[in-house]
Amino acid sequence: MIPYEEYLRLDKFPHIWCTGCGCGIVLKAMLRAIHRLELKKDEVVMVSGIGCSSRTPGYVDFNTLHTTHGRAIAFATGVKLVKPELHVIVVTGDGDGTAIGGNHLIHAARRNIDLTVVLYNNHIYGMTGGQSSPTTPWDGYSTTTPHGNIEQPFNICELAEASGASFVARSTAYHAIQLTKLIERAIEKRGFSLVEVLTPCPTYFGRKNRLGSAIEMLKWQKDNSIPVSVSKKLGPEELREKVVVGVLTDREKPEYTEEYAKLVERIKIKEET
Amino acid sequence: MSPVRAIQMIQGNGACVEGAIVAGVKFFAGYPITPSSEIAELMAEKLPRLGGVFIQMEDEIGAMGAVIGASLAGAKAMTATSGPGFSLKQENLGYASMTEVPCVVVNVQRGGPSTGLPTLPSQGDVMQARWGTHGDHPIIALVASTVRDAFDQTVRAFNLSERYRVPVVLLLDEIVGHVNEKAEFPSPDEIDLVERVKPTIPPAGYNPFEPTASDIPPMANFGEGYRFHVTGLCHDKTGFPTNNPQEIDQLIRRLNRKIERYRDEIISYREYELEDADIGLFAYGSTARSTRRAVYLGREEGIKVGLLEPLVLWPFPETKVCELAAQVSHIIVPEMNLGQIAHEVRCNTMGRAEVVSLSRIDGELIRPMEILEKIREVVG
Repeated sequence: MIPYEEYLRLDKFPHIWCTGCGCGIVLKAMLRAIHRLELKKDEVVMVSGIGCSSRTPGYVDFNTLHTTHGRAIAFATGVKLVKPELHVIVVTGDGDGTAIGGNHLIHAARRNIDLTVVLYNNHIYGMTGGQSSPTTPWDGYSTTTPHGNIEQPFNICELAEASGASFVARSTAYHAIQLTKLIERAIEKRGFSLVEVLTPCPTYFGRKNRLGSAIEMLKWQKDNSIPVSVSKKLGPEELREKVVVGVLTDREKPEYTEEYAKLVERIKIKEET
Repeated sequence: MSPVRAIQMIQGNGACVEGAIVAGVKFFAGYPITPSSEIAELMAEKLPRLGGVFIQMEDEIGAMGAVIGASLAGAKAMTATSGPGFSLKQENLGYASMTEVPCVVVNVQRGGPSTGLPTLPSQGDVMQARWGTHGDHPIIALVASTVRDAFDQTVRAFNLSERYRVPVVLLLDEIVGHVNEKAEFPSPDEIDLVERVKPTIPPAGYNPFEPTASDIPPMANFGEGYRFHVTGLCHDKTGFPTNNPQEIDQLIRRLNRKIERYRDEIISYREYELEDADIGLFAYGSTARSTRRAVYLGREEGIKVGLLEPLVLWPFPETKVCELAAQVSHIIVPEMNLGQIAHEVRCNTMGRAEVVSLSRIDGELIRPMEILEKIREVVG
């Protein structure tokens, strides 16, 4: 039994998320991961930007930092560099993390700084009322693509991998147990890690695209997800419309704060001799 | 700590770095931009040797974000930039004001607007320093006219930021930043340093934005047992978002009041030949150098002219300007912009003296003779 109450700021409830929103599922998965890893609450810093997902830190009893739109990773970089012993978790969304914050995302991945990014992808800007995001599908509907989206969406995991992240994984709100394990591994990984979580937004994305109720959206996630191992046997046509879940990248690379510590050590030795 | 040599030939940008080190800077995040890049380069060279962190970020916005994160983790943190970068810093400068995170932002001013004049001086960002970020917010902005000033004012910027829990802007300009001149520095033990006040009560009762008697709440650092929330949204004393009109009003008024009520502690200026002056000059930054010369040239001609040189532009030395206006017939304001501070001076003279703007915006400094001619013109 996970003592969720220990990690929550219960006096800040009820939360602001809509009925059927996936944010709460991701929040619980993060708390399970943190609990299993036995992280001390004082040693966890949760940093977010702006949007529905970014309201998460307000509800958890850690050092919490709700920053400006898209900038969570930049703030988190400052915290981590000053206190590398802290576990710095960034909570962001598809708009916050890959549109306005895209530059910070790719460069933190390139630097391979030990941050854990949990990116809630609901394919739309929920907080501002349903505008299209960098992950709104081609021909998808939103309040700013009322005639259908003519832009191509980002594949966030490929973006993170190409940028240099040590650990990249994808899951969905439906796969809450898998999600917990992936977040656990992401936190444990020394280096930049990103877990993309597909979360249903029945209020805007679901309604605009006639995807049915929150339950039907979760069911869609169940029916259309395939594990990484299976996906490798499929061609691009068969992979269209499919969500590949699991660990996509797990590799050893020099981590930034460790490299910085080594640099300081090198200078010290050089100056002493 | 690397000992600062007592007397050096050094650039203003270099003196700024030496001042920051003496003040205890432990974190610098920056992005290359002329004419401030020497500050980042020197920090990259020195900070790792001093147990501090230097990082070149992907952009100016990220640099400002990292500085705030670093300060929340307990480090004295700083960034340096110039006009176009200063524009990009504004978003997170507002965040630092709202969340009361101490930090120092150096702007080595160059000509604007836009990319403007990357290698030439300007004082065009003085109003942006005050009002660049949106909303009613507190800010302190310092200026410097010499290399020694660049050192002292950087130390002071850190001290003020820690004392009042505010971002402090240090406005240098291309001339002060790049001029190499002999400067004599104080030894570190002669310098008083201010550290943020930490909470003394146990974490359970800690409110990070409590309206205390001083208006400046004690500040805990992340990772030290006080698990608090920080948000750029309007928040209550606990740090959590609020829509309660009373709490919002209380917060925004307190944030601004904590500078207003300490104006006298913050404001500082220099006076040259003002005792018997009939004509006043108001000049800051590198323009104050030319103006000092013009004052002495004027005095040689028998004109009773004096200079008021502010070392703090924001909060503005309103009372002092008002007093000066009561004494002199004219206040001439030479500055490398279209009269931004002349306007502010005019607002504070209550019509007691005529305010004359002397501006240059062509990337050239204002020469002493130009100022002297203006003095002669005013005398008639």
